[in-house]
Amino acid sequence: MKTMKRRYLAIKIDIAQEIEEKELKNEVWNAIERLFGEYGASKTGFVLISYDTAKNYAILRCTSSMLEAFRASLASLTEISGKPAVIHVLGVSGTLKSLKRKFPPN
Amino acid sequence: MKKFYDLHLQVPSDFGLVERMVKKAAWLGYTGVGVPLPHNVSDATVFRLRQLCMDSRIDLVTRIDLAPKSANELLSQLRRCRRRFEIIAVSCLCKAVARQAAKDRRVDLISFPALNFRNRYFDDAEAELASSALASLEIDMSMFLSATSFERIHLLANLRRETTIANKFSVPVVISSGAKTESLMRKPQDFAALAYLFDMPAASALRAVSENPLSILTRNRTKLHSSFVAPGIRIIKREKDP
Repeated sequence: MKTMKRRYLAIKIDIAQEIEEKELKNEVWNAIERLFGEYGASKTGFVLISYDTAKNYAILRCTSSMLEAFRASLASLTEISGKPAVIHVLGVSGTLKSLKRKFPPN
Repeated sequence: MKKFYDLHLQVPSDFGLVERMVKKAAWLGYTGVGVPLPHNVSDATVFRLRQLCMDSRIDLVTRIDLAPKSANELLSQLRRCRRRFEIIAVSCLCKAVARQAAKDRRVDLISFPALNFRNRYFDDAEAELASSALASLEIDMSMFLSATSFERIHLLANLRRETTIANKFSVPVVISSGAKTESLMRKPQDFAALAYLFDMPAASALRAVSENPLSILTRNRTKLHSSFVAPGIRIIKREKDP
């Protein structure tokens, strides 16, 4: 069976208040579903790998084929749990190791 | 390294907020930002803005947004403003203005009302005129970000149609933020990713935030330079009469 190529994204969440991991996850799923529907969302293979609440830094994973769609969904987000928020993609990488090396949390 | 430009940052009159937005633009990776100014803007204000941008190592692009009600009004506004601003953008509120803006070589960017879908006149004829006059189609992403469900669907459908026409007639597309607040600002790569939603290929989308705005700016700065005489002719050295 052919393995699915994956991409890892380092993101910075621009938000005034603190949010929980679950809230972030739900809002990203909602954004994907809003733009691409359930079928599209199922193809993104979105996984929240890690989330640093203090630094508002997170690492996400998606499938390589849906990277553009996934980035578009993240960029379309304007709020998380009713709080104004913006997600900036710091960088994308093919492996978790290189992502952490190139785009460490500040 | 690619240079990214956001040609439409709608900065407010509050200089504190302007400073924050300019700093944010620098952090997001932009080389320059275009700021719409009123036609009677004072040199002191422009100087202060330029100083603010220089502190953040950002290139300030002066721009004026025209929204004339008739073709004649557009012509008179162009006569008054062309030599004073680096970028001239025309918001086309009616068909006559849209056609005049597309065929006038003094116009750099043409844009259409975001959510008034009947007034988006970017069709084949408009694109053909724009293509020969080197005008570009401007897409403000803030209207997409702030639109709600049905508006967003209609907007995407219209943008898809317009970018397809632009591509067919080789009209350059410029993607800008149109941001009034920091929350509507995104990285250039994120705007390029959003262009995926209206079927713009990734390479064209990246060109729309980098090469296309830069080429307009370079062309206009050359023309506005004191040494410019006519296309292909410029003053190299001035000498006194014997």
